Amino acid sequence: MKPPPFEYHAPTTVEEVLTHLAEHGYEAKPLAGGQSLIPMMNFRLAQPSVLVDLNNIPELSYIRPDQNGGVLVGAMTRHKTVGSDPLIAKQVPLVHDAIPSIGTPQVRTRGTFGGSLSHADPSAELVAISVALNARLKARSRKGERWIPANEFFLGSFMSALEPEELLVEISLPRLPERSGWSLMEVARRHNDFALVGIAAVVSLDEAGSCESARMAFLSAGDRPMEAHEAASILKGQKPTAEVIRAAAEKASSTDIEPGSDIHATAEFRRHLANVLTRRALDEAFKRAGEN
Amino acid sequence: MNSFNLSVTVNGILYEREVEPRLLLSDFLRHDLGLTGTHVGCEHGVCGACTILFDNEPARSCLMFAVMAHGHEVTTVEGLGSLENLSPLQESFKEAHGLQCGFCTPGFLTTLTAFLKENPNPSQEEIREALSGNLCRCTGYQHIMEAVELTAEKMRN
Repeated sequence: MKPPPFEYHAPTTVEEVLTHLAEHGYEAKPLAGGQSLIPMMNFRLAQPSVLVDLNNIPELSYIRPDQNGGVLVGAMTRHKTVGSDPLIAKQVPLVHDAIPSIGTPQVRTRGTFGGSLSHADPSAELVAISVALNARLKARSRKGERWIPANEFFLGSFMSALEPEELLVEISLPRLPERSGWSLMEVARRHNDFALVGIAAVVSLDEAGSCESARMAFLSAGDRPMEAHEAASILKGQKPTAEVIRAAAEKASSTDIEPGSDIHATAEFRRHLANVLTRRALDEAFKRAGEN
Repeated sequence: MNSFNLSVTVNGILYEREVEPRLLLSDFLRHDLGLTGTHVGCEHGVCGACTILFDNEPARSCLMFAVMAHGHEVTTVEGLGSLENLSPLQESFKEAHGLQCGFCTPGFLTTLTAFLKENPNPSQEEIREALSGNLCRCTGYQHIMEAVELTAEKMRN
């Protein structure tokens, strides 16, 4: 298996990257960790004629606090770095907890946060988590920069809202309000394998212990991270009793997701898994919210 | 040809070669440098046989272009030890029967060398997690687990 030929650029600043992207448009592809793009090129599922390597740009790799208690992550920060970062563990534990589920140990030394989001694989953990967390993504081009909310970033299978001349440069992970809880649940055939279905959930309680907000995003349950809007409206304003959680899980698995059938699982089985996982995830998330 | 002047340190030796950007790092090591200890199994990041150490971190050489190694340090299985002087992990693989056909072994050795450096006293669960990115069809992994535990024990004494 040999990838098709391409023109290679290895710039050392974001400005240079943006110049290459502006010049080559759809023909060019930024190369982040390469853990998804290079296998696709090996299979010739992707044949970009220009690759702009981002691996020599130190300014894209950082984790730092923002002014509101959230965390800013540079797009080229590698999964392993994110997974062992104390600030991430403290402020965004959902991301910390998810890292061991991403790929294999060898993939996590190379794969990057921004690369995973730009790839927009609907079965990727960070994709669903960024929606559940209400993350914002900063895109830059020669014309300027803009912030894209995660729930508007993923348009379809491997399709993001990025224009060809835009580069994802930063991810803003907001701090969760008080009395918030989170959970990530997934079922895969083998450890480290793609999830058949998974859910990332973030919930907040008000002072009286009722659900103030709930955001659930499913992975491998449609052509993009599927946000469970209807299930969330069942939870909102209610005490998170077993009955309410069961009703939300029923709604999420029957209405909010659009799973397909393939060699790994039928759509029906995926809905069943989504139902069970939603119950478990909400149980765990509300329990944590009660403790925080 | 669209070529690139690559300069990379492999097993402590600086190599300078002109390469095509699409050349995979795994093929560069095997074909251009003749370091055939790095094995190529699936070529899409599943089997782990091609794992090398890239700046001391385990990485799949089939999921990197050689040009991405420009200015970096690579260690292959040839750099871990020699026939006369096996590394403690290689020795333990031999003692505990951590290999049969040997095809997957270079990937296990590089992965676990880095792992033991980071975690010299691992639990069984941690070892399982550490080798979860490498496939072995002969051993059933049990002997590999034992080889890792044996190495950790040797390193403690």
